[in-house]
Amino acid sequence: MLRRFIRLSLADKLTYVIFALLLGMFLVFILFPVAYVFIGSFMDPNQLNSKGISLNWADYRLDGYVRILSNSSIIRGFGMSLFYSVAFAIVTVVISMTMAYPLSRMDFVGRKQVSTLLLITMFFGGGLIPTFLLVKNLGMYNTVWALILPNAVSAWNIILARTFLRNLPVELRESAELDGASNWMYFMKIALPLSKPIMAVLALYAFVGQWNSYFDAMIYLESRALYPLQLVLRAILIQNEVPPGMISAQQAMAELKKVAEMIKYSSIVISSVPLILLYPFFQKYFEKGVMIGSVKG
Amino acid sequence: MNHKKWKFMKNNYQLYLMLLPGLLLLLVFKYVPMYGIIIAFKDYSPIRGIMGSDWVGLEYFRRFLTLPTFNQLFGNTVLLSFYGMVFGFIAPIVLALILNQIRHVGLKKNIQLIVYAPNFISTVIVVGMLFLLLSPVGPVNNLMEAMGMERAMFMTDAAYFRTVYVVSGIWQTAGWSSIIYLATLSGIGPELIEAAKVDGANVMQRIFHIDLPTLRPVSAIIFILSVGGIMSIGFEKAYLMQTSLNLPRSEILATYLYKVGLQMGDYSYSTAVGLFNAVINVILLLSVNFVVKRLNEGEGI
Repeated sequence: MLRRFIRLSLADKLTYVIFALLLGMFLVFILFPVAYVFIGSFMDPNQLNSKGISLNWADYRLDGYVRILSNSSIIRGFGMSLFYSVAFAIVTVVISMTMAYPLSRMDFVGRKQVSTLLLITMFFGGGLIPTFLLVKNLGMYNTVWALILPNAVSAWNIILARTFLRNLPVELRESAELDGASNWMYFMKIALPLSKPIMAVLALYAFVGQWNSYFDAMIYLESRALYPLQLVLRAILIQNEVPPGMISAQQAMAELKKVAEMIKYSSIVISSVPLILLYPFFQKYFEKGVMIGSVKG
Repeated sequence: MNHKKWKFMKNNYQLYLMLLPGLLLLLVFKYVPMYGIIIAFKDYSPIRGIMGSDWVGLEYFRRFLTLPTFNQLFGNTVLLSFYGMVFGFIAPIVLALILNQIRHVGLKKNIQLIVYAPNFISTVIVVGMLFLLLSPVGPVNNLMEAMGMERAMFMTDAAYFRTVYVVSGIWQTAGWSSIIYLATLSGIGPELIEAAKVDGANVMQRIFHIDLPTLRPVSAIIFILSVGGIMSIGFEKAYLMQTSLNLPRSEILATYLYKVGLQMGDYSYSTAVGLFNAVINVILLLSVNFVVKRLNEGEGI
Protein backbone atom coordinates (compact mmCIF):
# COMPACT_ATOMS: atom_id res chain seq x y z
CA MET A 1 0.00 0.00 0.00
CA LEU A 2 2.75 2.38 1.02
CA ARG A 3 4.76 1.70 -2.11
CA ARG A 4 1.74 2.49 -4.27
CA PHE A 5 1.17 5.69 -2.32
CA ILE A 6 4.74 6.92 -2.90
CA ARG A 7 4.40 6.54 -6.64
CA LEU A 8 1.35 8.83 -6.75
CA SER A 9 1.53 12.40 -7.98
CA LEU A 10 1.63 15.21 -5.43
CA ALA A 11 -1.96 16.23 -6.16
CA ASP A 12 -3.19 12.68 -5.63
CA LYS A 13 -1.19 12.31 -2.42
CA LEU A 14 -2.81 15.46 -1.10
CA THR A 15 -6.28 14.28 -2.14
CA TYR A 16 -5.84 10.94 -0.43
CA VAL A 17 -4.56 12.55 2.76
CA ILE A 18 -7.61 14.80 2.86
CA PHE A 19 -9.92 11.84 2.17
CA ALA A 20 -8.29 9.83 4.93
CA LEU A 21 -8.72 12.73 7.35
CA LEU A 22 -12.38 13.20 6.39
CA LEU A 23 -13.10 9.50 6.70
CA GLY A 24 -11.27 9.34 10.01
CA MET A 25 -13.34 12.23 11.34
CA PHE A 26 -16.52 10.57 10.18
CA LEU A 27 -15.56 7.31 11.87
CA VAL A 28 -14.85 9.15 15.13
CA PHE A 29 -18.24 10.89 14.78
CA ILE A 30 -19.95 7.51 14.36
CA LEU A 31 -17.99 5.63 17.02
CA PHE A 32 -17.54 8.23 19.76
CA PRO A 33 -21.16 8.21 21.05
CA VAL A 34 -21.28 4.42 21.06
CA ALA A 35 -17.92 4.04 22.79
CA TYR A 36 -18.70 6.77 25.32
CA VAL A 37 -22.03 5.29 26.32
CA PHE A 38 -20.56 1.79 26.46
CA ILE A 39 -17.65 2.76 28.72
CA GLY A 40 -19.85 5.18 30.66
CA SER A 41 -22.29 2.40 31.49
CA PHE A 42 -19.65 0.91 33.78
CA MET A 43 -18.91 4.15 35.61
CA ASP A 44 -20.34 6.37 38.31
CA PRO A 45 -22.28 9.02 36.30
CA ASN A 46 -21.24 11.94 38.55
CA GLN A 47 -17.62 11.04 38.07
CA LEU A 48 -18.15 10.44 34.36
CA ASN A 49 -19.60 13.91 33.92
CA SER A 50 -17.04 15.75 36.02
CA LYS A 51 -13.82 13.90 35.17
CA GLY A 52 -14.71 12.09 31.97
CA ILE A 53 -13.76 8.55 31.14
CA SER A 54 -11.51 7.17 33.83
CA LEU A 55 -8.37 5.15 33.25
CA ASN A 56 -8.41 3.73 36.75
CA TRP A 57 -9.88 0.24 37.14
CA ALA A 58 -11.18 1.11 40.60
CA ASP A 59 -13.70 3.55 39.10
CA TYR A 60 -15.53 0.84 37.22
CA ARG A 61 -18.62 -0.90 38.54
CA LEU A 62 -21.59 -2.95 37.33
CA ASP A 63 -24.34 -1.33 39.42
CA GLY A 64 -26.46 -0.28 36.44
CA TYR A 65 -26.47 -3.75 34.94
CA VAL A 66 -27.21 -5.43 38.24
CA ARG A 67 -30.26 -3.22 38.72
CA ILE A 68 -31.54 -3.80 35.22
CA LEU A 69 -31.13 -7.53 35.30
CA SER A 70 -32.76 -7.77 38.72
CA ASN A 71 -35.79 -5.87 37.43
CA SER A 72 -38.35 -7.47 35.20
CA SER A 73 -39.51 -4.56 33.01
CA ILE A 74 -36.64 -4.50 30.51
CA ILE A 75 -36.50 -8.27 30.29
CA ARG A 76 -40.25 -8.48 29.79
CA GLY A 77 -39.94 -5.75 27.15
CA PHE A 78 -37.37 -7.87 25.34
CA GLY A 79 -39.73 -10.81 25.34
CA MET A 80 -42.69 -8.79 24.10
CA SER A 81 -40.61 -7.14 21.37
CA LEU A 82 -39.36 -10.51 20.23
CA PHE A 83 -42.94 -11.76 20.04
CA TYR A 84 -44.25 -8.70 18.15
CA SER A 85 -41.32 -8.69 15.73
CA VAL A 86 -41.44 -12.40 14.92
CA ALA A 87 -45.23 -12.42 14.57
CA PHE A 88 -45.20 -9.29 12.44
CA ALA A 89 -42.45 -10.69 10.20
CA ILE A 90 -44.36 -13.94 9.68
CA VAL A 91 -47.67 -12.22 8.92
CA THR A 92 -45.97 -9.74 6.59
CA VAL A 93 -44.21 -12.46 4.60
CA VAL A 94 -47.31 -14.68 4.34
CA ILE A 95 -49.57 -11.82 3.26
CA SER A 96 -47.03 -10.36 0.84
CA MET A 97 -46.31 -13.66 -0.88
CA THR A 98 -49.92 -14.84 -1.14
CA MET A 99 -51.00 -11.48 -2.54
CA ALA A 100 -48.01 -11.17 -4.83
CA TYR A 101 -48.38 -14.52 -6.55
CA PRO A 102 -51.78 -13.93 -8.19
CA LEU A 103 -50.71 -10.39 -9.05
CA SER A 104 -47.53 -11.70 -10.67
CA ARG A 105 -49.59 -13.67 -13.19
CA MET A 106 -50.21 -11.57 -16.27
CA ASP A 107 -53.29 -13.66 -17.11
CA PHE A 108 -54.90 -13.11 -13.69
CA VAL A 109 -58.38 -11.63 -14.10
CA GLY A 110 -58.67 -8.69 -11.70
CA ARG A 111 -54.94 -7.98 -11.64
CA LYS A 112 -55.34 -4.34 -12.70
CA GLN A 113 -58.09 -3.60 -10.18
CA VAL A 114 -56.25 -5.07 -7.19
CA SER A 115 -52.97 -3.44 -8.23
CA THR A 116 -54.70 -0.07 -8.39
CA LEU A 117 -56.18 -0.58 -4.92
CA LEU A 118 -52.68 -1.28 -3.64
CA LEU A 119 -51.02 1.57 -5.48
CA ILE A 120 -53.45 4.17 -4.11
CA THR A 121 -52.36 3.32 -0.57
CA MET A 122 -48.81 4.34 -1.46
CA PHE A 123 -49.98 7.89 -2.02
CA PHE A 124 -52.88 8.37 0.31
CA GLY A 125 -54.16 6.96 3.56
CA GLY A 126 -56.82 7.55 6.18
CA GLY A 127 -54.36 9.03 8.62
CA LEU A 128 -53.79 8.68 12.33
CA ILE A 129 -57.20 9.35 13.88
CA PRO A 130 -59.46 7.34 11.54
CA THR A 131 -57.07 4.38 11.80
CA PHE A 132 -56.98 4.71 15.58
CA LEU A 133 -60.77 4.83 15.80
CA LEU A 134 -61.04 1.77 13.55
CA VAL A 135 -58.63 -0.25 15.66
CA LYS A 136 -60.56 0.77 18.75
CA ASN A 137 -63.94 -0.11 17.22
CA LEU A 138 -62.62 -3.51 16.16
CA GLY A 139 -61.84 -4.22 19.82
CA MET A 140 -58.13 -4.43 19.12
CA TYR A 141 -57.16 -1.56 21.44
CA ASN A 142 -54.72 -2.77 24.10
CA THR A 143 -54.26 -6.14 22.40
CA VAL A 144 -51.24 -7.54 20.56
CA TRP A 145 -53.24 -7.53 17.30
CA ALA A 146 -53.05 -3.75 17.10
CA LEU A 147 -49.31 -3.97 16.45
CA ILE A 148 -49.48 -6.83 13.98
CA LEU A 149 -52.48 -6.57 11.66
CA PRO A 150 -52.91 -2.89 10.62
CA ASN A 151 -49.51 -2.65 8.93
CA ALA A 152 -49.28 -6.20 7.61
CA VAL A 153 -50.30 -5.20 4.08
CA SER A 154 -47.70 -2.97 2.53
CA ALA A 155 -47.96 -2.07 -1.14
CA TRP A 156 -44.20 -1.69 -1.30
CA ASN A 157 -43.51 -5.23 -0.03
CA ILE A 158 -46.07 -6.74 -2.35
CA ILE A 159 -44.57 -4.98 -5.35
CA LEU A 160 -41.09 -6.29 -4.41
CA ALA A 161 -42.41 -9.84 -4.03
CA ARG A 162 -44.45 -9.61 -7.23
CA THR A 163 -41.42 -8.45 -9.23
CA PHE A 164 -39.39 -11.33 -7.85
CA LEU A 165 -42.07 -13.93 -8.65
CA ARG A 166 -42.51 -12.50 -12.13
CA ASN A 167 -38.83 -13.11 -12.84
CA LEU A 168 -39.11 -16.85 -12.18
CA PRO A 169 -38.96 -18.72 -15.50
CA VAL A 170 -42.42 -19.25 -17.03
CA GLU A 171 -41.40 -22.77 -18.10
CA LEU A 172 -41.43 -23.85 -14.45
CA ARG A 173 -45.12 -23.14 -14.11
CA GLU A 174 -45.98 -24.52 -17.51
CA SER A 175 -44.32 -27.84 -16.82
CA ALA A 176 -45.88 -27.98 -13.34
CA GLU A 177 -49.27 -27.42 -14.95
CA LEU A 178 -48.59 -30.18 -17.47
CA ASP A 179 -47.83 -32.49 -14.59
CA GLY A 180 -51.21 -31.64 -13.15
CA ALA A 181 -50.09 -29.38 -10.29
CA SER A 182 -52.72 -26.92 -9.06
CA ASN A 183 -51.92 -23.25 -8.54
CA TRP A 184 -51.58 -23.83 -4.82
CA MET A 185 -49.23 -26.78 -5.32
CA TYR A 186 -47.05 -24.81 -7.70
CA PHE A 187 -46.95 -21.91 -5.25
CA MET A 188 -46.08 -24.04 -2.21
CA LYS A 189 -43.74 -26.57 -3.84
CA ILE A 190 -41.95 -24.51 -6.46
CA ALA A 191 -42.45 -20.75 -6.21
CA LEU A 192 -41.96 -20.36 -2.44
CA PRO A 193 -38.78 -22.46 -2.17
CA LEU A 194 -37.30 -20.40 -5.00
CA SER A 195 -38.36 -17.17 -3.28
CA LYS A 196 -36.30 -17.64 -0.12
CA PRO A 197 -34.06 -14.62 -0.84
CA ILE A 198 -36.94 -12.17 -1.20
CA MET A 199 -38.72 -13.71 1.80
CA ALA A 200 -35.58 -13.26 3.90
CA VAL A 201 -35.37 -9.61 2.88
CA LEU A 202 -39.05 -8.96 3.65
CA ALA A 203 -38.87 -10.78 6.98
CA LEU A 204 -35.72 -9.02 8.16
CA TYR A 205 -37.01 -5.56 7.31
CA ALA A 206 -40.33 -6.30 8.98
CA PHE A 207 -38.56 -7.65 12.06
CA VAL A 208 -36.19 -4.73 12.49
CA GLY A 209 -38.89 -2.18 11.69
CA GLN A 210 -41.18 -3.59 14.36
CA TRP A 211 -38.35 -4.04 16.87
CA ASN A 212 -37.25 -0.43 16.61
CA SER A 213 -40.60 1.38 16.47
CA TYR A 214 -42.57 2.67 19.41
CA PHE A 215 -45.37 4.79 17.95
CA ASP A 216 -48.07 2.14 17.41
CA ALA A 217 -47.32 0.61 20.79
CA MET A 218 -47.58 4.04 22.41
CA ILE A 219 -51.00 4.80 20.96
CA TYR A 220 -52.55 1.32 21.09
CA LEU A 221 -51.23 -0.29 24.27
CA GLU A 222 -52.30 0.65 27.76
CA SER A 223 -51.16 -2.19 30.01
CA ARG A 224 -47.50 -2.16 30.88
CA ALA A 225 -47.41 -5.94 30.64
CA LEU A 226 -47.81 -5.59 26.86
CA TYR A 227 -45.15 -2.90 26.41
CA PRO A 228 -42.43 -3.67 23.88
CA LEU A 229 -38.83 -2.87 24.72
CA GLN A 230 -38.86 0.54 23.00
CA LEU A 231 -41.67 1.83 25.23
CA VAL A 232 -39.91 0.61 28.37
CA LEU A 233 -36.76 2.37 27.15
CA ARG A 234 -38.69 5.53 26.35
CA ALA A 235 -39.93 5.67 29.93
CA ILE A 236 -36.40 5.28 31.27
CA LEU A 237 -34.45 7.38 28.79
CA ILE A 238 -36.81 10.16 27.75
CA GLN A 239 -39.42 10.42 30.47
CA ASN A 240 -36.85 9.91 33.23
CA GLU A 241 -38.92 7.30 34.96
CA VAL A 242 -37.23 4.79 37.18
CA PRO A 243 -38.79 1.35 36.88
CA PRO A 244 -40.43 0.38 40.17
CA GLY A 245 -38.26 -1.74 42.40
CA MET A 246 -34.96 -0.52 41.02
CA ILE A 247 -34.53 2.07 43.74
CA SER A 248 -35.59 1.73 47.33
CA ALA A 249 -37.79 4.43 48.81
CA GLN A 250 -35.25 5.47 51.44
CA GLN A 251 -32.57 6.51 49.00
CA ALA A 252 -31.79 10.21 48.93
CA MET A 253 -32.64 12.45 46.01
CA ALA A 254 -29.05 12.80 44.83
CA GLU A 255 -28.53 9.07 44.98
CA LEU A 256 -31.80 8.58 43.11
CA LYS A 257 -30.68 10.83 40.30
CA LYS A 258 -27.37 9.07 40.09
CA VAL A 259 -28.91 5.64 39.86
CA ALA A 260 -31.44 6.81 37.28
CA GLU A 261 -28.54 8.08 35.18
CA MET A 262 -26.66 4.81 35.50
CA ILE A 263 -29.69 2.83 34.48
CA LYS A 264 -29.95 4.96 31.36
CA TYR A 265 -26.44 4.10 30.21
CA SER A 266 -26.71 0.41 30.89
CA SER A 267 -30.18 0.03 29.40
CA ILE A 268 -28.96 1.63 26.16
CA VAL A 269 -26.10 -0.86 25.99
CA ILE A 270 -28.17 -3.91 26.91
CA SER A 271 -30.93 -3.16 24.45
CA SER A 272 -28.83 -2.25 21.43
CA VAL A 273 -26.29 -5.06 21.76
CA PRO A 274 -28.40 -7.89 20.24
CA LEU A 275 -29.19 -6.13 16.97
CA ILE A 276 -25.69 -4.68 16.58
CA LEU A 277 -24.16 -8.12 17.13
CA LEU A 278 -26.57 -9.89 14.81
CA TYR A 279 -26.69 -7.42 11.96
CA PRO A 280 -23.30 -8.27 10.38
CA PHE A 281 -24.54 -11.82 9.77
CA PHE A 282 -27.58 -10.54 7.91
CA GLN A 283 -25.88 -7.58 6.29
CA LYS A 284 -26.02 -9.04 2.79
CA TYR A 285 -29.80 -9.45 2.98
CA PHE A 286 -30.26 -5.90 4.23
CA GLU A 287 -28.06 -4.59 1.44
CA LYS A 288 -30.02 -6.67 -1.04
CA GLY A 289 -33.16 -5.02 0.29
CA VAL A 290 -31.74 -1.60 -0.49
CA MET A 291 -30.78 -2.68 -3.99
CA ILE A 292 -34.06 -4.28 -5.03
CA GLY A 293 -35.95 -1.47 -3.35
CA SER A 294 -34.26 0.99 -5.64
CA VAL A 295 -35.11 -0.86 -8.83
CA LYS A 296 -38.53 0.02 -10.07
CA GLY A 297 -41.09 -2.66 -9.26
CA MET B 1 -64.51 -12.53 -23.76
CA ASN B 2 -66.61 -12.52 -20.63
CA HIS B 3 -66.99 -16.25 -20.91
CA LYS B 4 -63.23 -16.59 -21.06
CA LYS B 5 -62.82 -14.53 -17.89
CA TRP B 6 -65.33 -16.68 -16.03
CA LYS B 7 -63.56 -19.79 -17.16
CA PHE B 8 -60.24 -18.43 -15.87
CA MET B 9 -61.77 -17.56 -12.52
CA LYS B 10 -63.39 -20.98 -12.20
CA ASN B 11 -60.24 -22.87 -13.14
CA ASN B 12 -58.03 -20.73 -10.95
CA TYR B 13 -60.26 -20.20 -7.93
CA GLN B 14 -57.26 -20.97 -5.72
CA LEU B 15 -55.60 -17.75 -6.83
CA TYR B 16 -58.58 -15.80 -5.50
CA LEU B 17 -58.51 -17.67 -2.22
CA MET B 18 -54.83 -16.78 -1.89
CA LEU B 19 -55.56 -13.14 -2.52
CA LEU B 20 -58.43 -13.02 -0.04
CA PRO B 21 -56.68 -12.57 3.36
CA GLY B 22 -54.44 -9.78 2.08
CA LEU B 23 -57.28 -8.10 0.25
CA LEU B 24 -59.42 -8.17 3.39
CA LEU B 25 -56.65 -6.61 5.47
CA LEU B 26 -56.12 -4.03 2.75
CA LEU B 27 -59.78 -3.03 2.63
CA VAL B 28 -60.22 -3.02 6.40
CA PHE B 29 -57.04 -1.27 7.49
CA LYS B 30 -56.37 1.02 4.52
CA TYR B 31 -59.75 1.78 2.99
CA VAL B 32 -62.07 1.90 6.01
CA PRO B 33 -59.89 4.65 7.55
CA MET B 34 -60.18 6.57 4.27
CA TYR B 35 -63.94 6.46 4.74
CA GLY B 36 -63.37 7.61 8.32
CA ILE B 37 -61.92 10.86 6.98
CA ILE B 38 -65.54 12.04 6.70
CA ILE B 39 -65.35 13.00 10.37
CA ALA B 40 -63.09 15.89 9.35
CA PHE B 41 -66.29 17.49 8.02
CA LYS B 42 -68.50 16.45 10.93
CA ASP B 43 -68.76 17.15 14.62
CA TYR B 44 -67.85 13.57 15.47
CA SER B 45 -69.20 12.06 18.63
CA PRO B 46 -68.19 8.47 19.38
CA ILE B 47 -71.67 7.71 20.70
CA ARG B 48 -73.53 8.87 17.61
CA GLY B 49 -71.05 7.28 15.21
CA ILE B 50 -69.71 8.60 11.91
CA MET B 51 -73.08 8.68 10.14
CA GLY B 52 -75.07 10.07 13.06
CA SER B 53 -72.80 13.04 13.75
CA ASP B 54 -73.72 16.50 12.44
CA TRP B 55 -72.09 18.02 9.38
CA VAL B 56 -70.01 21.12 10.01
CA GLY B 57 -68.51 21.58 6.55
CA LEU B 58 -65.10 23.17 6.45
CA GLU B 59 -65.28 24.52 10.02
CA TYR B 60 -62.24 22.57 11.25
CA PHE B 61 -60.12 23.54 8.27
CA ARG B 62 -60.98 27.18 8.90
CA ARG B 63 -60.04 26.74 12.54
CA PHE B 64 -56.72 25.17 11.61
CA LEU B 65 -55.79 27.71 8.93
CA THR B 66 -56.59 30.64 11.22
CA LEU B 67 -54.67 29.11 14.15
CA PRO B 68 -52.24 31.72 15.55
CA THR B 69 -49.46 29.15 15.47
CA PHE B 70 -50.31 27.82 12.00
CA ASN B 71 -47.41 29.57 10.26
CA GLN B 72 -45.00 28.35 12.90
CA LEU B 73 -46.22 24.76 12.67
CA PHE B 74 -46.09 24.73 8.91
CA GLY B 75 -42.69 26.44 8.80
CA ASN B 76 -41.23 24.09 11.41
CA THR B 77 -42.38 21.07 9.42
CA VAL B 78 -41.07 22.26 6.07
CA LEU B 79 -37.78 23.65 7.37
CA LEU B 80 -36.93 20.58 9.47
CA SER B 81 -37.61 18.37 6.44
CA PHE B 82 -35.75 20.67 4.13
CA TYR B 83 -32.54 20.83 6.19
CA GLY B 84 -32.65 17.10 6.80
CA MET B 85 -33.13 16.53 3.10
CA VAL B 86 -30.29 18.75 1.88
CA PHE B 87 -27.63 17.61 4.36
CA GLY B 88 -28.91 14.05 4.43
CA PHE B 89 -28.51 14.05 0.66
CA ILE B 90 -24.94 15.33 0.44
CA ALA B 91 -23.32 13.29 3.24
CA PRO B 92 -23.88 9.79 1.79
CA ILE B 93 -22.63 10.85 -1.65
CA VAL B 94 -19.38 12.23 -0.25
CA LEU B 95 -18.99 9.13 1.90
CA ALA B 96 -19.53 6.83 -1.08
CA LEU B 97 -17.01 8.74 -3.21
CA ILE B 98 -14.37 8.39 -0.50
CA LEU B 99 -15.12 4.75 0.30
CA ASN B 100 -14.96 3.97 -3.39
CA GLN B 101 -11.29 5.03 -3.42
CA ILE B 102 -10.33 2.38 -0.87
CA ARG B 103 -8.65 -0.50 -2.70
CA HIS B 104 -8.04 -2.72 0.32
CA VAL B 105 -11.14 -4.95 0.37
CA GLY B 106 -10.93 -5.98 4.03
CA LEU B 107 -10.49 -2.42 5.27
CA LYS B 108 -13.39 -1.22 3.14
CA LYS B 109 -15.66 -4.01 4.45
CA ASN B 110 -14.86 -3.15 8.06
CA ILE B 111 -15.50 0.54 7.57
CA GLN B 112 -18.80 -0.26 5.87
CA LEU B 113 -19.79 -2.47 8.78
CA ILE B 114 -19.18 0.43 11.19
CA VAL B 115 -20.90 3.19 9.23
CA TYR B 116 -23.99 1.07 8.49
CA ALA B 117 -24.51 0.04 12.13
CA PRO B 118 -26.32 3.20 13.40
CA ASN B 119 -29.16 2.38 11.01
CA PHE B 120 -30.01 -0.51 13.31
CA ILE B 121 -30.16 1.51 16.50
CA SER B 122 -33.71 2.49 17.40
CA THR B 123 -34.91 6.08 17.48
CA VAL B 124 -35.61 5.81 21.21
CA ILE B 125 -32.03 4.82 21.90
CA VAL B 126 -30.60 7.47 19.58
CA VAL B 127 -32.58 10.22 21.29
CA GLY B 128 -31.74 8.75 24.70
CA MET B 129 -28.06 9.00 23.76
CA LEU B 130 -28.58 12.58 22.58
CA PHE B 131 -29.94 13.56 25.98
CA LEU B 132 -26.95 11.97 27.72
CA LEU B 133 -24.21 13.21 25.38
CA LEU B 134 -25.61 16.71 24.89
CA SER B 135 -26.69 17.36 28.46
CA PRO B 136 -25.34 20.59 30.00
CA VAL B 137 -22.81 18.49 31.94
CA GLY B 138 -22.29 15.90 29.21
CA PRO B 139 -19.13 15.10 27.25
CA VAL B 140 -19.85 17.34 24.26
CA ASN B 141 -20.26 20.37 26.50
CA ASN B 142 -17.20 19.38 28.52
CA LEU B 143 -15.23 19.23 25.30
CA MET B 144 -16.56 22.58 24.12
CA GLU B 145 -15.61 24.19 27.41
CA ALA B 146 -12.15 22.68 27.24
CA MET B 147 -11.77 24.27 23.81
CA GLY B 148 -12.78 27.64 25.21
CA MET B 149 -16.37 27.73 24.01
CA GLU B 150 -19.50 28.39 26.03
CA ARG B 151 -21.66 25.51 27.25
CA ALA B 152 -24.79 25.12 25.13
CA MET B 153 -28.25 23.95 26.17
CA PHE B 154 -28.62 21.68 23.16
CA MET B 155 -31.81 19.92 24.14
CA THR B 156 -33.67 22.76 25.79
CA ASP B 157 -32.72 25.75 23.64
CA ALA B 158 -35.01 25.89 20.62
CA ALA B 159 -32.23 27.43 18.52
CA TYR B 160 -30.31 24.13 18.53
CA PHE B 161 -33.21 21.84 17.76
CA ARG B 162 -32.83 21.66 13.99
CA THR B 163 -29.05 21.32 14.12
CA VAL B 164 -29.25 18.46 16.61
CA TYR B 165 -32.02 16.82 14.60
CA VAL B 166 -30.12 17.03 11.31
CA VAL B 167 -26.67 16.10 12.61
CA SER B 168 -28.00 13.10 14.52
CA GLY B 169 -29.94 12.19 11.37
CA ILE B 170 -26.66 12.08 9.45
CA TRP B 171 -25.21 9.91 12.21
CA GLN B 172 -28.13 7.50 11.81
CA THR B 173 -28.47 7.23 8.04
CA ALA B 174 -25.48 8.60 6.11
CA GLY B 175 -23.71 5.24 6.05
CA TRP B 176 -26.77 3.26 5.13
CA SER B 177 -27.83 5.67 2.39
CA SER B 178 -24.40 5.42 0.80
CA ILE B 179 -25.01 1.76 -0.14
CA ILE B 180 -26.90 2.63 -3.28
CA TYR B 181 -24.23 5.09 -4.44
CA LEU B 182 -21.40 2.65 -3.71
CA ALA B 183 -23.16 -0.03 -5.72
CA THR B 184 -23.58 2.38 -8.62
CA LEU B 185 -19.91 3.35 -8.45
CA SER B 186 -18.81 -0.27 -8.44
CA GLY B 187 -20.50 -0.60 -11.84
CA ILE B 188 -17.91 1.67 -13.45
CA GLY B 189 -15.70 -0.39 -15.74
CA PRO B 190 -12.02 -0.54 -14.66
CA GLU B 191 -10.96 0.16 -18.25
CA LEU B 192 -12.57 3.60 -18.02
CA ILE B 193 -10.56 4.44 -14.91
CA GLU B 194 -7.35 3.05 -16.42
CA ALA B 195 -7.88 5.06 -19.59
CA ALA B 196 -8.35 8.21 -17.51
CA LYS B 197 -5.14 7.44 -15.60
CA VAL B 198 -3.22 6.95 -18.83
CA ASP B 199 -4.52 10.32 -19.97
CA GLY B 200 -3.05 11.78 -16.79
CA ALA B 201 -6.24 12.48 -14.86
CA ASN B 202 -5.69 12.78 -11.12
CA VAL B 203 -8.07 11.48 -8.44
CA MET B 204 -10.14 14.63 -8.19
CA GLN B 205 -10.48 14.85 -11.97
CA ARG B 206 -11.58 11.23 -12.11
CA ILE B 207 -14.17 11.90 -9.41
CA PHE B 208 -15.54 14.94 -11.19
CA HIS B 209 -15.51 13.48 -14.70
CA ILE B 210 -16.30 9.82 -14.09
CA ASP B 211 -17.78 9.20 -10.61
CA LEU B 212 -20.12 12.16 -10.28
CA PRO B 213 -21.64 11.83 -13.77
CA THR B 214 -22.21 8.13 -13.00
CA LEU B 215 -24.06 9.03 -9.82
CA ARG B 216 -26.16 11.76 -11.37
CA PRO B 217 -29.24 9.76 -12.47
CA VAL B 218 -29.53 7.82 -9.19
CA SER B 219 -28.97 10.85 -7.03
CA ALA B 220 -31.47 12.92 -9.02
CA ILE B 221 -34.18 10.35 -8.42
CA ILE B 222 -33.34 9.97 -4.73
CA PHE B 223 -33.39 13.73 -4.27
CA ILE B 224 -36.69 14.17 -6.05
CA LEU B 225 -38.25 11.34 -4.06
CA SER B 226 -37.19 13.00 -0.84
CA VAL B 227 -38.84 16.22 -2.00
CA GLY B 228 -42.03 14.19 -2.36
CA GLY B 229 -41.73 13.07 1.24
CA ILE B 230 -41.14 16.52 2.68
CA MET B 231 -44.53 16.76 4.43
CA SER B 232 -44.41 13.21 5.73
CA ILE B 233 -41.43 13.85 8.00
CA GLY B 234 -41.40 11.29 10.76
CA PHE B 235 -43.18 11.80 14.03
CA GLU B 236 -41.03 9.45 16.06
CA LYS B 237 -37.78 11.34 16.45
CA ALA B 238 -39.16 14.86 16.67
CA TYR B 239 -41.62 13.84 19.36
CA LEU B 240 -38.95 12.18 21.49
CA MET B 241 -36.65 15.18 21.15
CA GLN B 242 -39.32 17.60 22.32
CA THR B 243 -38.81 19.36 25.62
CA SER B 244 -41.16 22.07 26.86
CA LEU B 245 -38.53 24.70 26.01
CA ASN B 246 -37.73 23.72 22.43
CA LEU B 247 -41.37 23.52 21.32
CA PRO B 248 -41.20 26.77 19.29
CA ARG B 249 -39.02 24.86 16.82
CA SER B 250 -39.83 21.23 17.52
CA GLU B 251 -43.61 21.30 17.23
CA ILE B 252 -44.33 19.98 13.75
CA LEU B 253 -47.63 19.02 12.12
CA ALA B 254 -47.26 15.34 13.04
CA THR B 255 -46.67 16.00 16.74
CA TYR B 256 -49.40 18.65 16.88
CA LEU B 257 -51.83 16.23 15.27
CA TYR B 258 -51.00 13.55 17.82
CA LYS B 259 -51.46 15.94 20.73
CA VAL B 260 -54.79 17.44 19.72
CA GLY B 261 -56.09 14.11 18.44
CA LEU B 262 -55.08 11.45 20.86
CA GLN B 263 -54.06 13.35 23.96
CA MET B 264 -56.92 15.86 23.92
CA GLY B 265 -59.40 13.68 22.04
CA ASP B 266 -60.36 16.31 19.48
CA TYR B 267 -60.95 13.64 16.81
CA SER B 268 -62.67 15.67 14.09
CA TYR B 269 -60.31 18.61 14.21
CA SER B 270 -57.17 16.49 14.14
CA THR B 271 -58.56 14.40 11.28
CA ALA B 272 -58.96 17.66 9.37
CA VAL B 273 -55.35 18.59 10.16
CA GLY B 274 -54.25 15.15 8.97
CA LEU B 275 -56.26 15.45 5.77
CA PHE B 276 -54.75 18.86 5.07
CA ASN B 277 -51.29 17.33 5.45
CA ALA B 278 -52.17 14.29 3.33
CA VAL B 279 -53.53 16.40 0.48
CA ILE B 280 -50.36 18.49 0.29
CA ASN B 281 -48.45 15.23 0.36
CA VAL B 282 -50.36 13.77 -2.57
CA ILE B 283 -49.89 16.95 -4.60
CA LEU B 284 -46.15 16.86 -3.86
CA LEU B 285 -45.87 13.17 -4.72
CA LEU B 286 -47.79 13.49 -7.97
CA SER B 287 -45.76 16.46 -9.13
CA VAL B 288 -42.58 14.65 -8.14
CA ASN B 289 -43.71 11.57 -10.04
CA PHE B 290 -44.31 13.80 -13.05
CA VAL B 291 -40.76 15.18 -12.84
CA VAL B 292 -39.26 11.70 -12.42
CA LYS B 293 -41.17 10.54 -15.48
CA ARG B 294 -39.69 13.38 -17.49
CA LEU B 295 -36.14 12.60 -16.36
CA ASN B 296 -36.52 8.86 -16.51
CA GLU B 297 -37.88 8.50 -20.05
CA GLY B 298 -41.48 7.83 -19.21
CA GLU B 299 -40.97 5.58 -16.20
CA GLY B 300 -42.61 6.88 -13.01
CA ILE B 301 -42.05 5.83 -9.43
